[in-house]
Formats: sequence, C-alpha cells, structure tokens
Amino acid sequence: MSFEKALVIENVQKVFNRGTINEKVALDRLNLELLPGDFITIIGGNGAGKSTMLNAIAGVWPVDEGRIIIDGNDITALSEHKRATYLGRVFQDPMTGTAATMDIEENMALALRRGQKRTLRWGVTRQDRELFREKLQTLGLGLEDRMASKVGLLSGGQRQAITLLMASMKQPKLLLLDEHTAALDPKTAAKVLEISDQIINENHLTAMMVTHNMKDAIAHGNRLIMMHEGHVIYDVRGEEKKNLHVKDLLAKFEEISGAEFANDRMMLS
Amino acid sequence: MLSYFSSLSLASLFRAFPGSIAQGMIWGIMALGVFITFRLLDFADLTVDGSLAFGAAVTVMLIRAGVSPVLATIVAFFAGALAGMITGLLTTGLGIPGILSSILTQISLYSINLNVMGKANQPVSVDNYPLVVSLRYVTGSATSEIIFFVGMIVFLLVLVACLYWFFGTELGHSVRATGCNGNMARAQGINTDFIKVLTLMISNGLVGFCGALYGQFQGAADVNMGRGAIVIGLAAVIIGEVLFGKFAEKKRLAFAWTLIAVILGAIIYYMVYQLVLWLKMPSEDMKLFSAIVVAIFLAIPYLKGKAGKKKGGAK
Repeated sequence: MSFEKALVIENVQKVFNRGTINEKVALDRLNLELLPGDFITIIGGNGAGKSTMLNAIAGVWPVDEGRIIIDGNDITALSEHKRATYLGRVFQDPMTGTAATMDIEENMALALRRGQKRTLRWGVTRQDRELFREKLQTLGLGLEDRMASKVGLLSGGQRQAITLLMASMKQPKLLLLDEHTAALDPKTAAKVLEISDQIINENHLTAMMVTHNMKDAIAHGNRLIMMHEGHVIYDVRGEEKKNLHVKDLLAKFEEISGAEFANDRMMLS
Repeated sequence: MLSYFSSLSLASLFRAFPGSIAQGMIWGIMALGVFITFRLLDFADLTVDGSLAFGAAVTVMLIRAGVSPVLATIVAFFAGALAGMITGLLTTGLGIPGILSSILTQISLYSINLNVMGKANQPVSVDNYPLVVSLRYVTGSATSEIIFFVGMIVFLLVLVACLYWFFGTELGHSVRATGCNGNMARAQGINTDFIKVLTLMISNGLVGFCGALYGQFQGAADVNMGRGAIVIGLAAVIIGEVLFGKFAEKKRLAFAWTLIAVILGAIIYYMVYQLVLWLKMPSEDMKLFSAIVVAIFLAIPYLKGKAGKKKGGAK
C-alpha cells in the first residue's frame, strides 16, 4: 500500500423504508476499494444496488452504517453539496445533469466553480468562455458556436456530452457515471461512451460506470464488478476482464447468485 | 343602458390614471420579488401577503415614532427579508413543504402586524411627515407629479440594474440553477438550502420595501393590505410575460428587459383595474376578477402544450 486509495467503501449499509412492508435492504455490508486511475464498470440486475451505491457515494441521503472515504478524506458525514468538491456526476436522465433554462456557458461556469465559494464576481468571464470553447471543440459536436444557447434546446446526447465535460472540468477525485447512456439511442450512446473514454483517459480520472449493457461493461474500463442484493459478488480486472464474454458473465451470475439473470433489461446483444 | 354610458366620464378616467400608474410602479417592486421566487427559484411563496403588510406596519410605526421616512422605508426591506428567512428556514431546516411554510409565516405575520401596530390600521399623514411617496405628490402640482414619476422611474431602473447584476454573478447563477434543477445544483456543489433561504430573503425584502412605499402612498398601514398580494404579483408577472416576453427575449440584456416587463405588467394591471372600476364593476369583485385573470393566463401555456401534443407536435 504505497499510495492512497481513491475510494474506500467500508461495510456500508442502507435500508429504505425501514420497519414498513416496503423495507428494502439496498446496500448490504458493501465493501469496495478503488485505486487511483481505476475505471470500473458495474453491472447487476435491477435492485442490485448499483445506482444506490453511486448515490451513497454522492451523498443523496446518509447511509445507515459504514464509512465512505475518498482520497483519504472520510466523507460519510458530509452533505451532498460538500461532497461535490470530490465528485463529477453524470446521470441516466440527460435532463438531470444540466440546468435547461440556463445557457451552455452558464452551465459550464457553474461546474467550473464546483468546490469554490459562490461570490458576487461575474458568473461567466471572458477567460471562462475561452476555456469552454476549447473544451467544447474536443467534443466535435459544434457546440462551441452555440455557447449562449439554452441547454434545454439541445438533444439528450448533446446534454450528456456537456454534462461529461462539466463533471470532468474540475479534475474530480472520482467520476460517477450512472447509466448515463441508457436513455440515448444506440448511435448516440456509442458516441457518448467514446467521449467518456476520451475524457477519462485525458484527465487520468478514477471512474465508476453503471451500465445495463454487458458488452459495454466488458469493453470499457480496467475492472468490472457485478452486484447482487446490495453487495459485490464478482470482481474482475486486467487481462482476465478483457477476455470476458457476455456468456461468461451470465454463467458467473447464475453460479454465484443461483438465480436467473434474464429478469430485467440486461442486454445480451 | 344609456344612462350607464352617459354616467361614464372619460375625463375622470384620465384623472385617475396617474394615480394607478404610480400604484403600479410601487407594486412593480413587489412583482419583481414574486418573479424572483416564482420564476427563478420555482417556489410559490405566499409569505408575501404577510411581508407586504409587515413592511408597511414597521415603516408607518417607525415614521410615527419620529424616524426619518427614508430610513424607515429601508428598514422595511430588512423586515421583509426576516419574514422570508423564516419561511426559508421552515422549509429547508424543518422539512415543511415550501408552500405550507410560506402560509405559516404569512398567518403568523397577521398577528405580528397587529402587535406592531397595536390595532388593525395606523394612519401616517403626508401633512405631518415628509413621506417618501404619497398619492398627494401625484395629484398635487405638476412639479411634484413630475418629480414623483422621474424619481420612481430612476429608482426602478436602478433596482432593475442591481437585480440584473446580481443574477449575473456566481451567486445569482446558483439561484437560477437551484430553481431550475436542484439535483444539478447540488452535484455542482451548490448549497441549495442556503440559496433558497437567501432568495426568499431578497424576494420578501423587496416585498416589504414595496409595502413600506405603498403604506406611505395611501397614507396608512393596514393589517389586511397584503391580502391577495401574491395574486396581484403573479398577475403582474404573467401580464408582463405575455405582453412583452417575446420582445424581451430577443433583446440584448434580455434578463433586464424581462424585469422591466414585470414592472410594466404591474402598471398595466393597475390601469386595467382602474378601467374596470370606472366601468362600475363593484370593487368587492375585484379580487375575484384578478384571480380569474391569473388562472386563465397560468393555464394558457399548459393548454397550449396539450393542444400541441394532440396535433402530434411532440417529438
């Protein structure tokens, strides 16, 4: 252990609707460690706890037990907006990551000031605009010429691409991608995934990507985990991961969980 | 019928217009406050009914106690802001739904205003005090009328400039992001609870300030003067948007034009109000009339959207 872990999740427990008939153990003694530079893909059935894990890290609600440590900082007790300093987040719904009634440049400026105190200085400066133009050019979507357009006028794919830029701009300790291509058509999804890879590589980010697409889970990142009933049931990295096939994953799931895997949106294609 | 028309005097209508324009300008400040919460923060804040009367009550009592009217009017901003802060803390700190929080503050302000004034109504006469604004300035000599309107216009433009500046700053952007998409705002590290409280304070500060001016304008603070104020504020916002929204959007400094449109909305509201009264509609029906107007204009975008979908306009 010569260097700091990027993320440590230690015995995290989260129960929703405790004490009611809808009680659901969403995270069950969850443990996970990420090294700096890890790009981990996360698969699992519906209700396995994938998105719940990302929300626990992001602090959408407090966890019941356990600790979450990012880059050596225990963030378990921090509120959602304070944790944002460490995190970049992209959501499943393209509407969630951006403010529709604000301009592209205003959205990006909000992201550029993540982790800083919001002051009475001007919201978007000339310098900011130059930076945004550069960043938008790397997307190759022509958005650099539409910086004063309302984000609400853009397509879902364009919004996800901008959200990715926004999430990465302040060099987060951890990038959380929560099924961020699931709401897009296949072609756009592929493009957004390509942009994700590009941004993660260029900025040497540590990233976690939840996906329902096993092929994507195998093709991207250096490590893959499978979740079931609120904890990790399979963890594979490096060469072993690269050589995986979708059918291996299915077999693995059935072997470990003893359940059929075909109960949800999991894509076999 | 004929006697009805012959009883209407155009001259009396035109004599009344300067007064209604002045009233509209004062209420325009309040409409800006409503615009900030309703449109920018996406928060239906009913505190304003209470904070308007609170601003008036505090100012009138201070003036009666010998405080300079200018200072007393400024104090009303902070009184209103305090009311906004209570609503904000009720909803962010105690988890009470926003609209209910604002109703709780509004209701408690009714008692507080009675306590501040000692009774339901307290006059403040322009004969005895050098008031900041008064209907007398408008109906008085041509000089005092011109000074009043020029003063009001300059003040409103300065106010618009201040708000334009504020909502262009990092903090102002945070307000807009919080109102538009709270999840996104928090993901970008914005403390949305703090922003809500701050915005409610600014908005109700403006409303309290408006109350202070309006109390002086009509020569009294009354515990009921804020009743239905939210509806007038909304009416002003909506009239402004419907009449001038498209125009404002295309302008440079679109946001400043939108704010001006809201003030114009308030002025037009009071001119129409005057017109309807002139047509001998009973004044007790005016609140019903206002509510219907607001309901119709709030419904239009929704109904338009529905009609669009039916035509297959949805993507």
